[in-house]
Amino acid sequence: MKHAETIKVNNLTTGYRNSKGGRFITEKLTASLYSGELTCLLGPNGAGKSTLLRTLAGFQRPLSGCVEIAGKPLNRYGGKELAQTISVVLTEKPLLENMDVETLVGLGRAPYTGFWGLFTDSDKIAVNTAMELTGIESLRYRMVQSLSDGERQKAMIAKAFAQETPVVFLDEPTAFLDYPSKVEIMLLLYSLAHKMNKTIFMSTHDLDMAMQLSDRIWLMDKSLGVRTGTHEELTLSGDIERYFVRPGIEFDKKEGLFKIDLDFKNQIDKG
Amino acid sequence: MRFIFLTISLVALFFANLFVGSVEIPAQQVIDILFNGGDPDGPLRFIVVGSRLPQAITAVLAGAALTVSGLMLQTAFRNPLAGPSILGITSGSSLGVALVILLLGGSVSAAGYSWGGYMAILIGSFAGSIAIMGLLLLFSMWLKNDLMLLIAGIMVGYLTSSVITLLNYLSTAEGVHGYAMWGMGNFNGVALGQIPMFAITIGAGLLLSILMVKPLNVILLGENYALNLGIKMQWVRNMLLVTTGLLTSIVTAFCGPISFIGLAVPHIVRMIFRVSDHRIIIPGCILTGGVIGLICNLLCILPENIVLPLNGVTPLIGVPVIMYVIFKERFKKR
Repeated sequence: MKHAETIKVNNLTTGYRNSKGGRFITEKLTASLYSGELTCLLGPNGAGKSTLLRTLAGFQRPLSGCVEIAGKPLNRYGGKELAQTISVVLTEKPLLENMDVETLVGLGRAPYTGFWGLFTDSDKIAVNTAMELTGIESLRYRMVQSLSDGERQKAMIAKAFAQETPVVFLDEPTAFLDYPSKVEIMLLLYSLAHKMNKTIFMSTHDLDMAMQLSDRIWLMDKSLGVRTGTHEELTLSGDIERYFVRPGIEFDKKEGLFKIDLDFKNQIDKG
Repeated sequence: MRFIFLTISLVALFFANLFVGSVEIPAQQVIDILFNGGDPDGPLRFIVVGSRLPQAITAVLAGAALTVSGLMLQTAFRNPLAGPSILGITSGSSLGVALVILLLGGSVSAAGYSWGGYMAILIGSFAGSIAIMGLLLLFSMWLKNDLMLLIAGIMVGYLTSSVITLLNYLSTAEGVHGYAMWGMGNFNGVALGQIPMFAITIGAGLLLSILMVKPLNVILLGENYALNLGIKMQWVRNMLLVTTGLLTSIVTAFCGPISFIGLAVPHIVRMIFRVSDHRIIIPGCILTGGVIGLICNLLCILPENIVLPLNGVTPLIGVPVIMYVIFKERFKKR
């Protein structure tokens, strides 16, 4: 089952409908996400990354086209079934008073528990496994409001893993974290995708990290549209360069990474 | 442990409310009247059974109802400063009641009305609270900023209050006086004969709230997370609308627009239990709401020869709690 095509996006147009007939954000996108892979969605602010993620997660309807998960169209999924298929980590930071980490992670079991939300043994095991995988067992009884941003993000990821879904979407999970925490979260997601054979799709602004640690990249830009491929493919085709090179940024083709254009800096220094 | 402590406090305060009042009755005599049928048809029996007993029961039920209603609003709007009075839901209720009173004529409050009048007032009250609650839910779709929603709620509250004031000009002098008295809040508006009806309707509202513990827990994460966890948000929103509307409107119809209990007591419960789980918090709110209701009533009847208005007492408990919550928030952000 390794690297099976779990999500197929076909001719998808996302955006919002308004009285003038709609504001399109991504148009006629066709692409796929694969299990056992970490895919990064890169693009500047306002490119429509969140809208695309929201559409893929079923929060909003596509304007046209369709999304298929495991061969079944997204709109044919029932609420509970979808909750057992896709889990999300969002940018919003809920105000969680008096809630310990274990309880937060346990909320990920909501699609499986009954009317009162009581835990069976399998629920408890899922919560423990999720906390082990994300390395937050020691935070179990800590109150969520006392966590650092990095710890909190790991707890939200643990919640998503407790949900035991084959697909995980994360909207900028590394934003607002310090550098070591960013790397830690990226490595965590990379290893979880590979070890647990999950389909992990995350949006991020951390270009270098995404290029070094992801299996696949979706580039997104308002005028250039969406391009997908592995880091190598996108480097060879010159797409990466096209999407991000601006005055002051240069692309090192040998390393496949971006650098600050030092000539540009020298010009500033000279005045 | 905490539940036992709260239950004992509730029972103790309940009896304290029966023993204390503007008319001094020896404790022995109160016990005699309550348990041995003493003083049949006498004035003291009328005071204890006809006045103090329903008043104590009303204080427990109304306190519990307002607290649970406040808790659900705070969870639903993810705002610690939400509450039935601050969001204008009690004002909506009042407006509904005022309209019904105006149509029926006469003095305010559901007490002392015939069965039909009683139902008309309850329906008016319920319609008013549901209308405001629905309006707020509609606003919350655009006003993502919690503070803005709170202010919108306060504005709606002012608007409904102003409409009520204007309506008062169409009323008789007696009606205006009755309305003013009702507006100060009281727990003595429910006669002994109305207690079963009052208890059943509030019991139904509390039951509905208990049935929603799981979705309420998930909603703490925010609407999008709840949606992703398979919660049917539209259904939950409608249930919240009906439940908080029901609880707030019954209490308002009988006891007047009571401030601060719904806003502050959920925070007292959180301080006592230190958990977020509604499976614990809701029963906690029912007990603590009852306790605070009884304490407020006791404070109202404690002074000799006069009865203080309820809304003169509830801020004494509510304001310090809310100030504490606000300052705690501020210090946490530093």
